[in-house]
Amino acid sequence: MSARSSQKIAMTLIWGGGFVTVLILVGIIGYVMIQGLPLLSWEFLSTPPRGGLSGGGGISTAIVTTIYLMAITIAVLVLPGVGAAVYLTEYARDNWLTRVIQYGVETLAGVPSIVFGLFGFAVFVTALHFRFSILSGALTLVCLLLPTMIRTSEEAIRAVPMSHRASALALGATKWQTIRHVVLPAAVPGIVTGIILCVGRAIEETACLYVTLGGSAAMPSSLLSGGRTLSLHLFYLAMETRAFDKAMATGVVLIVSIIVINTTTNVLARRYQARMSGRRA
Amino acid sequence: MKSTASPKFKARGVNLYYGSFQALRYISLDIPRNAITALIGPSGCGKSSFLRTFNRMNDLIAGARTEGRIELDGSCIYDEGVDVVNLRKRVGMVFQKPNPFPMSVFENVAFGPRRHGKNNHSEMEAIVEKSIREAALWDEVSDKLEQSALALSGGQQQRLCIARVLAVEPEVILMDEPCSALDPIATLKIEELMRKLSRDYTIVIVTHNMQQAARASDMAAFIMMEEDKAGSLVEYGPTSEIFTKPRDKRTEDYITGRFG
Repeated sequence: MSARSSQKIAMTLIWGGGFVTVLILVGIIGYVMIQGLPLLSWEFLSTPPRGGLSGGGGISTAIVTTIYLMAITIAVLVLPGVGAAVYLTEYARDNWLTRVIQYGVETLAGVPSIVFGLFGFAVFVTALHFRFSILSGALTLVCLLLPTMIRTSEEAIRAVPMSHRASALALGATKWQTIRHVVLPAAVPGIVTGIILCVGRAIEETACLYVTLGGSAAMPSSLLSGGRTLSLHLFYLAMETRAFDKAMATGVVLIVSIIVINTTTNVLARRYQARMSGRRA
Repeated sequence: MKSTASPKFKARGVNLYYGSFQALRYISLDIPRNAITALIGPSGCGKSSFLRTFNRMNDLIAGARTEGRIELDGSCIYDEGVDVVNLRKRVGMVFQKPNPFPMSVFENVAFGPRRHGKNNHSEMEAIVEKSIREAALWDEVSDKLEQSALALSGGQQQRLCIARVLAVEPEVILMDEPCSALDPIATLKIEELMRKLSRDYTIVIVTHNMQQAARASDMAAFIMMEEDKAGSLVEYGPTSEIFTKPRDKRTEDYITGRFG
């Protein structure tokens, strides 16, 4: 085969692959949008679901529960996640123990979320008597997301040039001052990206919340209230009611919020990086 | 040499190992105060490693071990119980590549003093201005203090790094090939600055550039690898003598460019 025709074939395959990918993406989002958009209204967003077989009402309580759950999850997640990453990158020596920890973190990141759900059910819901609640759901999500949080923070911290650490230490800064005032600020964009990744995964998470958050359609009043997130609500609508169109409308809300979150973080991270490196945003 | 007073640093029998590899062998020399001492020698001879023994930066390298004595004003910096953080306040360091922190010009210079507990804003402004002036950079950055330090040119960044060290009020400034990443004009500026600073500070500089050593230093130490790659001191004396009438054949070969 001539170089020319093999190049042609390669280009066709590459373009074809790209085309199929875009087609699938546009197809899914387009389908959900077409089915769901007509139902979207302020009323849909602001009324609580009525429950029952009809699937009537809106999604107001699911929105509130989602935000509530995300806030608690992130609040609990960040400190231990970043802390463990700092320990693993800056303090831990490279020995069998840290290698076991690293391996454990990697393994945990690949465990299916329903397994975390069962753990959360056994520990938080049952043993600790938190019942089906925001608290149980958030703590389970923390367990699920901790490996991701640690891994992304580790990468962000490792990406900070060694020369920054060396100059800080050479100026008579202590190791902790160096981490606190040089390493962590420089790692912030990467850590924030990790947090967003976790928020994204938490928003889409259904299985492990099914067994820890319950499914109450009521407005949560405290940490110990049960509830349903948007994805959980979508699941209930699709599986247990006749309101498939409302499930699609909920899907639209989910997709749009993910897009908004990702775009905002990208813009923020880029602006932060630009400020740090002296370029104008 | 300007003074016959006691030396600032007194190195005696310094051996440095990285794991089982010996990087320096039995180096002894005195670094005079308020003068510029240049460490010269071929690549990989251990001159940078030797420089880093003066502020114990080799401690950061896993497996590095230093033997022998290095006295700063008469007390050994490798004794047990020596506060390394305090040592590095007294002995500042400028690195090969300009490496300002990704912060504003002001915050770069304020970094050291802040870490050592200074927080008063007007006092900090005074320290920052004084240090940047001392580093001969004030005219170029006085209106850019709040801008990112990474937006400065390479030569400006390196003088900023010097200002950052000066803000800590050290007694000694170690410079590890500070001009190797700079153009000739920026290099000349740094050399002038070193000359000025040597009135108040003891400066030890590692350089690859023979002209620079000849131009800018008072004392010169020629370090070379032995057969087993360990660096050892071949010759040490006033720069004028090292460059005009070296006693050792190897020194002569090196400074006349026959190898290295």
